[in-house]
Amino acid sequence: MTLAIDRNDPAISGHAESYRRAMSAKRRQTLIGAVIFLVCVWLAAIGSEVDPGKFIENAWRFPKYILETMPTLHFATLGADMAEWFWGIKGWLKLLWQTILIAYTGTILGALGGFLLCFVAAANLGKSRVLRFATRRFLEFSRTVPEIVFALIFVIAFGLGPLPGMLAIAIHTMGAMGKLFSEVVENIDMKPVDGMTATGAGWWQIIRFAVVPQVLSNFASYSLLRFEINVRGASIMGFVGAGGIGQDLIEAIRKFYFTDISAILLMIIATVMLIDYGTERLRHALLSLEHGR
Amino acid sequence: MTLALPADDRTALIARHKAAIDGSLKTRIVTIAIVAGLLGLFLYGLTTLEVSLWKILHGLGNLGTFVALMLPPDPGSFGRALLFVKALFETIAIAFLGTILAAIFAFPLGFIAAKNVVANRAVHFLARRSLDTVRGVDALIWALIWVNVVGLGPFAGMLAIMTSDLGAFGKLYSEAIESADRKPVEGVTSLGGSKLHEIRFGLIPQVLPVIASQVLYYIESNTRSSTIIGIVGAGGIGLYLAETIRTLEWQQVSFLILLILAAVTAIDFLSSKLRFAIIGQRAV
Repeated sequence: MTLAIDRNDPAISGHAESYRRAMSAKRRQTLIGAVIFLVCVWLAAIGSEVDPGKFIENAWRFPKYILETMPTLHFATLGADMAEWFWGIKGWLKLLWQTILIAYTGTILGALGGFLLCFVAAANLGKSRVLRFATRRFLEFSRTVPEIVFALIFVIAFGLGPLPGMLAIAIHTMGAMGKLFSEVVENIDMKPVDGMTATGAGWWQIIRFAVVPQVLSNFASYSLLRFEINVRGASIMGFVGAGGIGQDLIEAIRKFYFTDISAILLMIIATVMLIDYGTERLRHALLSLEHGR
Repeated sequence: MTLALPADDRTALIARHKAAIDGSLKTRIVTIAIVAGLLGLFLYGLTTLEVSLWKILHGLGNLGTFVALMLPPDPGSFGRALLFVKALFETIAIAFLGTILAAIFAFPLGFIAAKNVVANRAVHFLARRSLDTVRGVDALIWALIWVNVVGLGPFAGMLAIMTSDLGAFGKLYSEAIESADRKPVEGVTSLGGSKLHEIRFGLIPQVLPVIASQVLYYIESNTRSSTIIGIVGAGGIGLYLAETIRTLEWQQVSFLILLILAAVTAIDFLSSKLRFAIIGQRAV
């Protein structure tokens, strides 16, 4: 069976015409978009001094570099080789623990700051417009400036060591969490708040008894996620002298201690993966706790 | 008017609903234990990190002086301002090109890591773990490595952004491919479409908007990362930022920070507009 269409039927040719018009308009749009995109890529290539020649000429260095960081392990002397590879493990483990503590204390401080500020920044609870605007801009500033820039400034103000790293992470965390928290608060059920208001409760009482019980598990979950991000962040704080394992890593890279680089990187990656896994389990437990209620 | 409750009624009421008012003892103990544990670790952390009140107060004093010195923001001279703006352009270029290239090169990786494309468990596991490893190394570390390979300059920074994003995009693609709906593809097949038609009309319309909006999101977040890549000499505004902070030229520091804030805000605005245009009303 064939479906016969009369091409000369004015209704059908009219449809065909309008389809063609619509398609050519869309094509033109896509073409313009593609041209703009390509111009952007071209500009960006000039801006970032892309040089394929230089890349091809030096590309072999990259696998060579990666291979050079690999230690020579013989099966017969595996124990001794491993011990030589991880010769500094005592000091590295200590620095790694310091890195985790920087991330932890920074997360706690930042989460506390974000917790206090989010109620002021939330549209449904914030009392004064001016205060809300100011808080939001402040949070925006804290999360837009990269934490390592804060660390650079704090290292000069507070001296070398883990303290500036912790404060830098705390400020950045406060900015990011304050925004997330205030979004959570804006999505709460307002009925408990109305109920508390009806009994004559003050602002703090409303927050304590009507808002916090609704948002606490969500806040805890975000804080755990942030902790994991901050462990990554803390591992590079040492690059600018703000404590943690980063200081040994950058020294190893700068001085071409190849096997040290891979040993430290492996330790960082393993730690991050472990914490990633642990916090994910905890977050699932938290979520199921909430559903169970 | 006040609503007074007779004292007898009140005590009777409290006695009757004692469990509801006091809450369960177990929950209370667990809560206190968790808070005490968190607080204990926090205090232990503070002592281990050698944090002292005097240090903090002294530092805050210094910080106050610095902030006072930062005002008003001033690039120093017109030539410096031009230099900074050029570095900012370099920063944005690094983020843009690095993200785009990562998005392109991650395509084959995504296919290898997708469960329904490569059925071999070992290959799948290996591909996923290597993507995780690449993702686990910070862009700043990649920048240090690439500086050793192609030398100082923005090219190394661009490669660093690209490498660290390869892992993220590879994972993203493999998930998108795994969860893609087969029905449009089958529909195209039933109309007699070839393999190419299946991909062009069945698969790409599904995944393109998601991928495009993710690419935009990554350009946004990479603009932030590429502002600091200059700290290790891989191009962009970070070089000047680190330099002016180390030489204590605070007015220039605040000028640079303002420039970064303006650029990041502008890119956030642009990309959210574009993202909205691409995905339309549909929330992703």
